[in-house]
Amino acid sequence: MAAMGGKMKVEQAKIKNKVGLVIDGNNIKVEEGTTILQAAHILGIHIPALCYNDQVKPHGACRLCIVEIETNGRSKIVTSCAYPAEDGLIVHTSSPKVEEIRKNLVELYMTLFPYNPEIRDLAKKYGLTFTRYKKENNYCIVCGLCVRYCEEVKKRNAIGFIGRGINKKVAFIPESSFFKNCQDCMECVGICPTGVFPSNYGMDRIPQIDD
Amino acid sequence: METKIKKIKSAAGLDSAIEEINRKNGKKTVISICSGTGCRAFSSDRLVEGLEKELKKLGGKRADDIEIKKTGCHGYCEKGPIIVIHPDETCYLGVREKDLPRIIQAVLDKKVVEDLLYKDEEGVRSCQENDIPFYRFQKRIILENNSRIDPESIEDYLRVGGYKALAKALLDLSPEKVLEEVKKANLRGRGGGGFPAGIKWETTRDADGDIKYVIVNADEGDPGAYMDRSLLEGNPHSVLEGLAIGAYAIGSCQGFIYVRQEYPQAVSAVLKAIDDARSYGFLGKNILGSGFDLDVKVHRGAGAFVSGESSALISAIEGKVGEPKVKYIRTAVSGLWDKPTNINNVETWANVPYIINNGADWFRSIGTKQSSGTKIFSLVGKVNNTGLVEVPMGITLRDIIFKIGGGIKDGKKFKAVQTGGPSGGVLPEKLLDLPVDFDELDKAGSMMGSGGMIVMDESDCMVNIAHYFLKFLSDESCGKCVPCREGLRQMLYIYERIMEGKGKEEDLKLLSDLSILMKEGSLCALGATAPNIVLTTLKYFRHEYEAHIYHNMCPAKVCKPLIRFEINEEKCGGCAACSSICPVDAIMGEPKKTYRINQDLCIKCGSCVESCPAKYSAIESLTGLSEERDLAGREIKLS
Repeated sequence: MAAMGGKMKVEQAKIKNKVGLVIDGNNIKVEEGTTILQAAHILGIHIPALCYNDQVKPHGACRLCIVEIETNGRSKIVTSCAYPAEDGLIVHTSSPKVEEIRKNLVELYMTLFPYNPEIRDLAKKYGLTFTRYKKENNYCIVCGLCVRYCEEVKKRNAIGFIGRGINKKVAFIPESSFFKNCQDCMECVGICPTGVFPSNYGMDRIPQIDD
Repeated sequence: METKIKKIKSAAGLDSAIEEINRKNGKKTVISICSGTGCRAFSSDRLVEGLEKELKKLGGKRADDIEIKKTGCHGYCEKGPIIVIHPDETCYLGVREKDLPRIIQAVLDKKVVEDLLYKDEEGVRSCQENDIPFYRFQKRIILENNSRIDPESIEDYLRVGGYKALAKALLDLSPEKVLEEVKKANLRGRGGGGFPAGIKWETTRDADGDIKYVIVNADEGDPGAYMDRSLLEGNPHSVLEGLAIGAYAIGSCQGFIYVRQEYPQAVSAVLKAIDDARSYGFLGKNILGSGFDLDVKVHRGAGAFVSGESSALISAIEGKVGEPKVKYIRTAVSGLWDKPTNINNVETWANVPYIINNGADWFRSIGTKQSSGTKIFSLVGKVNNTGLVEVPMGITLRDIIFKIGGGIKDGKKFKAVQTGGPSGGVLPEKLLDLPVDFDELDKAGSMMGSGGMIVMDESDCMVNIAHYFLKFLSDESCGKCVPCREGLRQMLYIYERIMEGKGKEEDLKLLSDLSILMKEGSLCALGATAPNIVLTTLKYFRHEYEAHIYHNMCPAKVCKPLIRFEINEEKCGGCAACSSICPVDAIMGEPKKTYRINQDLCIKCGSCVESCPAKYSAIESLTGLSEERDLAGREIKLS
């Protein structure tokens, strides 16, 4: 009987621990497993993120949610959407290093899809009225939200990634899926951060619109 | 002659098995022929057939006393096909079929075939393998057995002391003791990361859970690197033995060997080795009666460089696309199927049996304080002696390239050495005395990486070299994260403009800004290290970029839009050799008088230069704007 009691005590201890971290000088205690992004949200601190959606697992592709953390006496740049909160973690969401990287990143996004509200706000904040890089006007930023949503939430796997490297794209698999099977769903349209794919499916390159 | 294989169930069993094998083979003369992929491309298989034919002709006891052995890569790839006669260690280079009868005769007469021996610049011949400068300045520990054993013969491996370390580990040492020894030895990952293997093993061992995995990373994707290929093709058992010792220390019963799709010979060598190891009892249940179980599966890659990244490799084995994941939990704690997983490179595993046999102190006595042991490099490019070299850590770049590599080919001048594959950078002449180890090259902006070493001379354009690696990475990147995918895309646009003579002043600033973004913002090390080639070529060869941008010049005369071929009318003999060979009829003129190249039609193929007879040597390649030429028509050189 005594042994049983001991075992029950261990079971109770397995219920989630709380960890304490500091974000931009603000203390917060969250359940183990919470990401920095989620913790920041609780604090009301806004961290930009395009490929993040709480209905699907973190992807770490857009890189906008990067923060600078201090751990074990060293500082690192990590994506807050995927980094789990640790006890004693110190987080800076807009340190000079973060701002420099994010500014360069936004300038690249302006070659793809400058009209996303998040990108527009950041461009304004960083004083970027134009991009020095070659415009792609791709509109699809390959964030993978549509793919992940269809896989993890709808469990239909109607969209996937094709190609690799600079040729990576998103496409319906098979292409006919969109017209045959998806008309009763179309939920990926709402989740797309640029609002372009897949509503304009078949047009992954929209004719150039001047700024 | 198939003998029934009895499983070896103890240390004593191992000793008697080795005795039996030695007795069977007696004191034969062994003719070993390098049969790694490189020499096989040189038709070494035909040499083997030829030798077997010669022996058959000989017949009788004399033939019985000679054994022909196909071995793995010897390393002196410049001089293949290679034959080494054991036990004399006589080394024949560049052997052809017509040489075979003389080789057999020399073996019978206990003489040597002089003209097949190595000859130095003064004409002095070296008879034995270890006298040849290429080998003499190396320290061949891991590669040593490559020229002695048949990779398909476990018996050969046993004869050179194979599986003794495994027996010692399983039967004489506890897992903790094995781990301590590897930690003490400071064995650092040979795949490029340089992380202390002992600490990785310990983290895996200490992680929660009973099921743990060990993995051999044989994805070796760096262009020009073939160290791991030669290890797997030439001595697969050494890798298996190291893996088994590590699995024992970590507490894992299941191993995987991930071999890239493009290494069929390595795959077949490893599969045969696993099969034989199972038959002999070195893999499977209750190995050598120790109570330790281990089985090993081979997983083939699917043609992606990025799959060599740890989280990508794990994804691939799980059956998913081999792409890196954003995961901040170490694979040692949660990896393959969320279980603690230890991944190490082929060469790292191959070092383990030597550490167990000879001790951590022995291992630390080689190399430098922070980087113990040896490293295998693939020395390629514009050197006289290309091939695989194994040297102690701390040796200088100069010694590798000039002492072992024999200096620059065709008497040209050293310009740069590219190390570390696509993740590395270039280093100029003034840094040739840097010691090669895990940390020194990093400080200069490059890295030792997995061991690729490409030597360059004045005919290599640094802008073009950077473009080559960026193009490679843009194809191989997984494309998931924006800094890497879009960063590489934009960098390529900029390089293409520069190489066409359309570079702009701000291009160098753009490259620098993109480099910062990629270094800090990328998801994995592919994107984070991609800028290294850009940053090092800019740091050490900025003048070449400036020549392209400001003067429309390619000093190395590589970038076609920036060069033109012209016929020096004073030297031209009017032989019309160039005119007849020109594929686009761009050369016109009068026979016996002089000819001229029409620049509007010229496609810069260079055929005319090759066709011009040496006595005239009238065709020159020029670079730079026409106005930059002096009155004699020679271009004004930039510093």
